[in-house]
Formats: sequence, C-alpha cells, structure tokens
Amino acid sequence: MIQQKIIEKAKELLLKKEVDLVIGFSEWTLPLRTTPIFIRTPEGADSLIWNSLCENNLATYLHKFSRFKVGIVVKGCDARSVTALSFEKRFKPDQVFLIGVPCQRMVDRRKVKRAVKGEILRATEQGDQIMVQGNNFETVLKRNDFLYPSCQVCTHRTPVQANILIGDPVEEVPLVEIHPDVKEFEKKSPSDRWRFFEKESSRCIRCYACREVCPMCYCPECFVDSSSPKWIERGLSPEDLQFYHIVRAYHQTGRCSGCGACERACPMEIRLTYLTQKLNQDVKELFGFESGIDGDALPPLSTYNIEDRQEFIK
Amino acid sequence: MFIGKMMKTSWEPKILAFLCNWCSYAGADLAGTSRIQYPPSIRVIRVPCSGRINPLFILKALQSGIDGVLVSGCHPGDCHYISGNYIGRRKSATLKRFLEYLGIEEGRVQFSWVSAAEGGKFSQIVEEVTQDIKKLGPSKRFVKKSFEFGAKSSE
Repeated sequence: MIQQKIIEKAKELLLKKEVDLVIGFSEWTLPLRTTPIFIRTPEGADSLIWNSLCENNLATYLHKFSRFKVGIVVKGCDARSVTALSFEKRFKPDQVFLIGVPCQRMVDRRKVKRAVKGEILRATEQGDQIMVQGNNFETVLKRNDFLYPSCQVCTHRTPVQANILIGDPVEEVPLVEIHPDVKEFEKKSPSDRWRFFEKESSRCIRCYACREVCPMCYCPECFVDSSSPKWIERGLSPEDLQFYHIVRAYHQTGRCSGCGACERACPMEIRLTYLTQKLNQDVKELFGFESGIDGDALPPLSTYNIEDRQEFIK
Repeated sequence: MFIGKMMKTSWEPKILAFLCNWCSYAGADLAGTSRIQYPPSIRVIRVPCSGRINPLFILKALQSGIDGVLVSGCHPGDCHYISGNYIGRRKSATLKRFLEYLGIEEGRVQFSWVSAAEGGKFSQIVEEVTQDIKKLGPSKRFVKKSFEFGAKSSE
C-alpha cells in the first residue's frame, strides 16, 4: 500500500517534470537484499518497492546528482542526513524533493542468515513476519527479533522536513533506550574497552566501504588519501587502522544521523555504530543537539555558546 | 641489567604542548623570563589559536609515541580572533570524551587556559600535567612501534 503510494508519487513528479530523477529502492536478485534504483521515466517508477529491507541511506547518492533536481525516497534517518547536508550547502534548497516514508525499522539480514541453517533462497515479508525458504527448510520468523541495533534505538522514524509524507506518522518510542553495543561497551574498564576496539579495528581491510556508503563522507580528498600532510600510512598496521576508525567516527561529530549504514556496509562485520552512537549521545548531552532534526540549529562544531561546559579545562 | 634499571628509573614523559600564540605561548615566555622553574618534559608547538588545533594533531601525537598532550589557549572572552577558543573548546570536549570512551587513559590529553600574564600558572600546569602523566606511565595504547623516537623505521 505504501509501496503503491510511492510509485504514484514518483510517477506524478516525473510526469510533471518537477524532478529529473527519482532515487528509490527496487527488488534485487539476492534474497533479503534490495538495491537503489535511479528512475528517469514515469514508466520506470513501477519497479519501486518498499519493505523492511530498504536499508541503504539514499542521501549518499545526492552528491552524484548535484546538477539535477532529485526526488528521493527517505526514511527518518535519511531525511536527517539530507537536512544535515543542506547545512553544509551540498545542494540548492529547492533541488531535492523528499518523499518521506515513516520507517517500520529495518531488518538485519545477517541476523536472519545466522538464525537459519542453510542458504536462504527466498524471503518474503508479511506483516510482522518474515518467511524464509531454502532448499529443504521453510521458517517463519518474527520481524521484531531481527532489527538493526541502530533501528532499535531510533526515535526519529518519521521523516522530519520531508516535502510529502507517505503514510501516517509513527509513534516515536525506542524499542531499547540505549544502543545495546554502547551499553555493553561502557560497562567495561578502560583497558578492556581499548582491547575491544583494538580487536574490532584489527579486522579492517581498509576497503573504505563505511566511508563510501556514508552520506556525510563526501570530502573530495579524505584524510586517508591525503599525501601532504600524510596522516596515515598505507598498509594494515594496527595503529593506522585504529587511527582511521577513530577519525572516521570523530569526523561525524554532530553530523551523524545514526542510520547505521557504515556498519551494514562493512564486509568484515566490524562494529562501528557504537562509536558514532556515543558521539551522538555526547553531542546531545553537551550541546543539546541532534543532527538533522531542527532545520535552523547550526551543527554544534560550527558554532559555540559562551556558556558551554568547561569543567575539564584547567 | 644495570642499564635497564637506570632507564626505568630515569624515564621522563614526553609531553607535547600546543600553545596559542597570543596567550599561552606568551605565558610560557613570561615563565621563562621570570626564571620560574618547571619540568623540562614539554615540547612546545606554537599555533595561531587554540581553535586552530585539528583533533588529528592530537591523535597523530599520541600515535607517534607522545605520552601526553597539553592544549592551552586564551581564557574565554580573551581570544585574539574573538571566538577561536570557544570553537576549540567544543572540539576539545567531544574529543576528550571520545578518547576516554575508546579506552585511552584519562589525563593523556589535557586542556588549560593560560593568559599572557600567567607565567606562574603555566609552570604550575606543566608541573601538574607532568605528574599526571608520570602516574600513568609510558603511553602503550595506540602507539605505532616503528614511529618511536630513536627507533629505526621498519619500512
């Protein structure tokens, strides 16, 4: 039903030439996956879909279409990224048309794969259930047991600042109060925390998928590619990997919408959102700021308040 | 063995201090001209403003085997560039929390306000920071081995 409405809206926008293209999700050949699709004709809009596997943050693609008027299907977190990007003047104000869809929280395909034995060949979603089929098994799983951690803590599922909202706004209650990874990590002692971080970052193969998939990582020259100053050496030395992961996360301070795209993209399944989520918590606590919610509030690190906390400064 | 012991007891922390040109650097200068004693553990890098300090500087210093970092700027309201230290303060606050969350020991990275008239305060802060770092011991986490001063690069 929501899917039908998205298709209708996309067709309308393309017919009236209000946008040059619509970015949305479409069916893919692998089960439990969807793929971004770029639609330029009204007929093409029929391949748009909407389900609990539309996990990508499509705001990433705005950088690639900076000369076009773009209609884009957004969840709560994606809309926040678009707002955060507009502060950084990545596009003209009327260049982007947000087709907002209240998010039902996305399903973690890796969790589903882990829950069943054997290869999943087909997966269908019906209401609150996911039916997965393989060669000699068929299981029905409860959707809510297989959500992404970043989706469990989400309190902004309804896109704010959207040009049009498809469907009704949803109740903004988190399933869990604190991000499970952050909670688990904060309980540890400093040396255990460092060991955990060391272990996680040592698996990194420096494919930079986390950077590529992030809508906020658009620098023409990333600090890892810069040769002067050379912040980071080539190769996989553990300290360089740690450096990369610290700075990649730190550069998101006050900009991250907490969509969790970095963690989903990681081929080594390195946990990443416990870093950015913590920064989001800090920014909220210190400066009362949440990225992409308020269309007028400046990002915290590009402004200041004379009353800012400074008990840590001697 | 004797040499090993000697080295262990005579370990002095290496502390990198980023001092803002207009206040803290002048404060350090005043400490010097006033003949105020402070530990010789700091290496000073003069920066135009505490807002100039890129958090990557601090991380790179720690990665290069520095035992502690001190960032010092003008008192709030005294900034030569009006708001540089306010901007720097926000960066410092988030970076400090983030490093401690990751497991870098509290106290490795410290911040202070020192005006051009506070030579005494400057020497006192260097004393305090040196004591803190001595308590923590040599930096182990995040230190790139091939980087250590005096050691030959493995590459």
